[in-house]
Amino acid sequence: MSKKGLPKKPMTPKRFKNLFLSVVTNPFNMIVLVSLIVLFCLIAVPLLTMIKSTFVVAQSELRRIPGARVGDFTLYYWKYLFASTMSKAILWGPLKNSLICGFLTMIVSVPLGSVLAWLMIRTDIPGKNVLSLLVTVPYMIPSWTKAMAWLSVFRNSTSGANGFLAGLGIPVPDWLAYGPIAIVLCMSMHYYAFSYIMVSGALRSINSELEEMGEIQGANKAQILRHITLPLIMPSVLSATVMTISKSIGTYGVPANLGNRIGYFTLATKMKTFINNGPESVGYAMSIVLVAMAAAIVFSNQKIVGVRKSYATVGGKGGRSTLMSLGKAKVPLMIFLGVFLALAMVMPMFILLMETFQVTTGAGYGLSNLTLYNWIGTVDKAQTYTNYPGIFRNPAFFSAFWNTIKLTLLTPILTAVSGQFLGYISSRGRGKWYGNLTEQLVFVPYLMSAIAFSTMYFSMFSRSHGIIPSLYGTFTLVVLTSVVKHFPFASKSGTANMLTISLELEEAAELAGASFWKRMGSIIVPLAKNGFISGFMLVFISIAKELDLIIIMMTPKMQTMSFLAFQYSQDGYNQMSDAVSVCVLMFILVCYIVAGKFGANLNKSM
Amino acid sequence: MSRIELKHIDKFYSSNHVLHDINLTIEDGDFVTLLGPSGCGKTTTLRVISGLEKPQNGIMTIDGVEMINADDAYYAEPSKRGLNLVFQSYALWPHMTVHDNIAFGLKIQKMPKAEIEERVNNSLKMMRIEKFVDRYPTELSGGQQQRVAIARAVASSPKLLLLDEPLSNLDAKLRIDMRAELQRLHRELGTTIIYVTHDQVEALTMSTKIALFKEGYLNQVATPMELYNNPIDLEAADFIGNPRINLLDATGEIVNGDLVVNSELGQHIFSAKDLTDEEYPTSGKFDCVIAFRPEQIEIHTEPVEGGIPASIYASQPAGSETITTLKVGEGDFLAKELGQISYKLDQNVFAVIDQNKVNVYNKTTTRLIKRAI
Repeated sequence: MSKKGLPKKPMTPKRFKNLFLSVVTNPFNMIVLVSLIVLFCLIAVPLLTMIKSTFVVAQSELRRIPGARVGDFTLYYWKYLFASTMSKAILWGPLKNSLICGFLTMIVSVPLGSVLAWLMIRTDIPGKNVLSLLVTVPYMIPSWTKAMAWLSVFRNSTSGANGFLAGLGIPVPDWLAYGPIAIVLCMSMHYYAFSYIMVSGALRSINSELEEMGEIQGANKAQILRHITLPLIMPSVLSATVMTISKSIGTYGVPANLGNRIGYFTLATKMKTFINNGPESVGYAMSIVLVAMAAAIVFSNQKIVGVRKSYATVGGKGGRSTLMSLGKAKVPLMIFLGVFLALAMVMPMFILLMETFQVTTGAGYGLSNLTLYNWIGTVDKAQTYTNYPGIFRNPAFFSAFWNTIKLTLLTPILTAVSGQFLGYISSRGRGKWYGNLTEQLVFVPYLMSAIAFSTMYFSMFSRSHGIIPSLYGTFTLVVLTSVVKHFPFASKSGTANMLTISLELEEAAELAGASFWKRMGSIIVPLAKNGFISGFMLVFISIAKELDLIIIMMTPKMQTMSFLAFQYSQDGYNQMSDAVSVCVLMFILVCYIVAGKFGANLNKSM
Repeated sequence: MSRIELKHIDKFYSSNHVLHDINLTIEDGDFVTLLGPSGCGKTTTLRVISGLEKPQNGIMTIDGVEMINADDAYYAEPSKRGLNLVFQSYALWPHMTVHDNIAFGLKIQKMPKAEIEERVNNSLKMMRIEKFVDRYPTELSGGQQQRVAIARAVASSPKLLLLDEPLSNLDAKLRIDMRAELQRLHRELGTTIIYVTHDQVEALTMSTKIALFKEGYLNQVATPMELYNNPIDLEAADFIGNPRINLLDATGEIVNGDLVVNSELGQHIFSAKDLTDEEYPTSGKFDCVIAFRPEQIEIHTEPVEGGIPASIYASQPAGSETITTLKVGEGDFLAKELGQISYKLDQNVFAVIDQNKVNVYNKTTTRLIKRAI
């Protein structure tokens, strides 16, 4: 009965043969090996390649670096970014703008989302059905569409055509129409949904008996809120805060639409100009800065919240929930909320829609100013400066529409399949080295904002690497980027899905003599089906409204609807741009209805 | 129809040593129960036998054929061992009907269709669940699911049937029914069965042999009655039996080869032929523990010969039996009598303990030194 350590056995030929066979003949090992190699190529290699390219002299900078040859090691790009006369304009200025916008967006959206969540979940505010529908509208609408709507209301003569207010004769100053205020408000209208979803989730999980206990102890409503409810939802609020800042800093579409025309740049938009106009490596260096910032934010979130997160679920029994009475304040509050939501969400959308029918934006809705030209007009009837026919007669639109459909179908299928696959590996490899490694690799894209991630892919695949040809300007690259960017999300849902399939179900099949592939085919796949569908739906919706992720790799041949709307807006074809945006909104709406039919939890698609 | 031999099996989870040198021979047709509290290694042993776990040391043979040889890193595939397993969770495939659950393994063996149908029907009939053939597992109650799980396991006519706590998810009444069912199944199939449980009643009532586990070691292998009458150490004694065995500290001494024990109960002399080979001091006094089952005590209200004076501390009549707590000096112990008997609290009574049924343990080694006869 002596205690022995792990036995070390002499390696006999027979033992070696059996060990070798058991590793090689087990398909699971082979799958893990292949997946790890693929993940490494898709995630680690691009990141390293991008980092490397910021230290290597490129063709276009040959003349600027005396005596250097292409491929030499250089600190030129980093010096250019951090320590040159340009630094202030290209790094510190945009960085300051990014931080200010991110911070202000957080200041507006977190309290807004949290208060809305509290009102909707814990109080007896009337008209909840309508209000909750209005509250959920913003996360159906892509953030760049909100920027378009903002422009349709606040645009002034600085960018060519009047918006709604300017058309009414109300002078709209530039500082309101474009720049930080516009960006912060638009992003807040989008990202408050984060806080709303997270806080309402936390609020739902709090048993109201906890609050009632406070009441029995003699606390008044304010004290209950302050000492019981608030501390319990604090972890969620903190998470939402961190996520909001991180997301706003990485957002491209909104600041590009609202800032570029007056020369107001954030880190994300500035980076894009470098990628387009060179030196590209400076753009890559900026992208690394963005990744580092996002990583720092995410890790600090896990540090701060991680430890305390536990008690968010302590009250998680849910159970009974009595609503707090708002007393006399309830009707005024409801009206205020309704008006606010209508003004912030519905009105701009309406104006956006109406603009598509206007000859001159901002010139009212008189019959003489109404036209269907933007939808179905032909070039010879062009009334203004437009060189394009109405979008339904424009081949560019149909090509964009088709591309969007292709992308929104192909990407989620590939993503969901790989997600289940990765989920299988992580769930069966829990606590083993390959399971952990898979989880860590898959987590990397989560650290990157969409624009930084696609920049990385752009830098990696715009050249050929050995047997991999250059994917520059191909649809494959767009799909590949979208798929890998959604890996963290898809594999998380895949892991959760696979964890619901007990290992014993597989073992029972193994005992019955089923091979690995047979087990996959007759046990795992049929059981994973539902999880697969909901994973598919979530990615499906997220892709349908995506702009930031794909904008960097767009070429005229493979542009999507989102990109087309962005392009028209940049070129000043406001009504056309609005019309395309309306189409995108309709498309997303259809996606939501379809996804809802399959029972996807849409709150997760943020 | 198979004889299983485990030799020197060691199992580690990374550096955690969970099975220590397990040696166990299971004869053809045995119903062997692996018994012990949770975390003692009994399920791991079962999984090693089934092939779902690979031990780092040892050899296992089934009917003389080597299935595990850790030195050569040879582990036969689970499906090549001619056995089947009923999981604690039943592990019924939720997307298949009862019929398909049972037929799955047979299809994999590429059996002809007609034979599959016949076997499915036979096992359904044996478990008396014919009418559920087209249901899905979620549409069945726990007891029905359990029958399906067993039907699935026996459909392939395994030489060896492994059952992992199959009754633990059932309510008390169903458990008694299923115990009878399993006993009959064992008779009808004649299959060797290895059964894992932490429930001593299941072990005692069904098995032909019990293997008692303790913290990763195999503590005692014996027939149920031998295990009940002569638990090998204090822990085993404490584990088996309900209400639990009475343990009383005592002093022992070997006099002329016989064991003389003094305790609150007075003096007992046990003859040399009843002593075990376990270690104990052959000269001088040593600490020991005297152990006797509650049902081996007779309580008399009048003085009798050999009766030990005691007082009633508490009395719990429970219909079919009465459990009484007796106090003798500083010590107290339980007595169990059949029927409904009422005592007054603090009443003086006389307890008679059958000396032959008493066990004595060496307190230092905790091992059994005197057997009951």
